[in-house]
Amino acid sequence: MGQQGPDGTTRQDQHGQGRLLPGDGTVDLAAHLDLHGPPPFSDGRPGAVSLIDQVDKAGLTGRGGAGFPTGRKLRAVVEAGRRGGAMHSQVGTVVVANGAESEPASRKDRQLLSQSPHLVLDGMVLAAEAVGATRTYLCVHAAAPGGAVQGGGPPREALGGPLREAVVSRERSGLNRVPIQVVEIPGGYVSSQETALVNLINGGRAVPTFVPPRPAVRGAHKRPTLVQNVETLANIALIARYGADWFRQAGDAEAPGTALVTVSGAVTSPGVYEVDLGSRVTDLISLAGGPAADPQAVLAGGYFGGWLPMQALAGLRLSQPSLRRAGASLGPGVIVLLPAAACPLAETAHAVAYLAGQSAGQCGPCKLGLPVLAECMQRIAFGRPGRDLLGSVQQVFALVAGRGACHLPDSAAGLAAGTLAVFEAEVRRHAEQGPCPRVNHPQVLPAPDLVPA
Amino acid sequence: MTGRNVQQTLRVNPIACDSHGLCMELLPELVAADPWGYPIIRPGPVPAELLPLARRAVTACPTLALLLIRADDQADPPQT
Ligand SMILES: Cc1cc2nc3c(=O)[nH]c(=O)nc-3n(C[C@H](O)[C@H](O)[C@H](O)COP(=O)(O)O)c2cc1C
Ligand code: SF4
Ligand code: SF4
Repeated sequence: MGQQGPDGTTRQDQHGQGRLLPGDGTVDLAAHLDLHGPPPFSDGRPGAVSLIDQVDKAGLTGRGGAGFPTGRKLRAVVEAGRRGGAMHSQVGTVVVANGAESEPASRKDRQLLSQSPHLVLDGMVLAAEAVGATRTYLCVHAAAPGGAVQGGGPPREALGGPLREAVVSRERSGLNRVPIQVVEIPGGYVSSQETALVNLINGGRAVPTFVPPRPAVRGAHKRPTLVQNVETLANIALIARYGADWFRQAGDAEAPGTALVTVSGAVTSPGVYEVDLGSRVTDLISLAGGPAADPQAVLAGGYFGGWLPMQALAGLRLSQPSLRRAGASLGPGVIVLLPAAACPLAETAHAVAYLAGQSAGQCGPCKLGLPVLAECMQRIAFGRPGRDLLGSVQQVFALVAGRGACHLPDSAAGLAAGTLAVFEAEVRRHAEQGPCPRVNHPQVLPAPDLVPA
Repeated sequence: MTGRNVQQTLRVNPIACDSHGLCMELLPELVAADPWGYPIIRPGPVPAELLPLARRAVTACPTLALLLIRADDQADPPQT
């Protein structure tokens, strides 16, 4: 990789792993300022290159799962703030940093927040300046017992306290131009969806709400609100300092920059790795020590993603557009290697049951459809599925996709339907002979015991 | 971007909807029932000749779950 830092040295060589995770252990404020200096506020300097222009030019996309262009989100909030007129320009917009990382197979946000908290906090205050925000919130999960994937990083309950301390340490140095409030969110998977965070901040429950209004238009405190993943914000902090050209020195043309990827399952060294976007998926698996057992497939993108059989990995690049083309996704940077000794249908059945259990129960099709879907997947994995059962999955897919207030039903249905397509041969074998002993393999995909929102 | 010519789409707020089914009775041209009795809306902008009926269905929904929304309101950035 070898990106040039501002001082001309090679960040990679000097500091070990990379841009966002410069080494092992926490980078405290003093070390952070040594490494990067203070956040470069533009202070309305005439001629100062706008941060939003830089972010556009850098081609930064959201690292929370969907990969939406960050510059466009920043602009949408600025424009909504302007449209709001005097009222908004006086009280300002809001920035929400999403560090909840509800995706069960992901640990990268926890690793980032514990190792490089000030990069995220810089990103928050710089984004706040760019969109005219006067309040910012950093959302992390409250204690979440059990079910964590391997690979280092502190348990969830450890994050809130250290982050508050990090915020306080900056106050003394005047680095927080806007107040930063650390919010510990309750509940499960959907509590970190952007409208759920906004609803919680507004005094409601951490459950998704209907859009419109979208948060960018009317969110926290009824003001235009920028919700951005913490890794996205950390990248903003780097782009503000070193510029778009520097940012693009890593990654490829369609997916610039680096990504934090959590690699788990049947690899020798599971953990969080920072890699250039556009690098090979197989190289990342090698970086994680290579397969620890005979592998059969990769779940790319987590539970909003999809399965890729090993053959599909040949030459495959790791980026949102590339993995989308292959029928999966990068999601929030999740790669799970499934050993040949495990049953992909049983694994997916567990995952879909987990997702069904995470429904907030607010929307009819989600509340009523996902249990049916989970039941179908259970019978396909552990029984002898007939054609009718496979047809049912397609039917439920059509009935739930796009019909919830959030994307939970879409992703559960997409994962189920995608699995039946990718593992068609397995499904046929289950239909003819019933399940094989691999269904008893210990579960590879994590399904934490979270209380749904 | 003045209101007049902006196309409208019909949407259900699935959180507010409690499957009363009034909308399907009043506007079968655009709304069908799923197996659980929840409305499935025909995608795309509401044809001009159906707009009056659509407005009536919107007003009739007891939980205010049926909405006419500017077709361009789901634009940028999308819900993710
Ligand atoms: C059910 C659900 C759960 C989500 N959980 C998270 C999460 O834990 N962290 C996150 O950054 N984004 C999560 N998202 C995506 C957010 O809604 C939002 O798109 C994201 O925080 C935007 O940040 P980005 O553009 O920087 O990626 C979730 C979305 C859904 C539908
Ligand atoms: S789609 Fe499901 S999880 Fe999402 S808000 Fe509706 S009920 Fe809750
Ligand atoms: S009338 Fe309203 S509550 Fe009843 S089914 Fe239609 S949208 Fe839902």
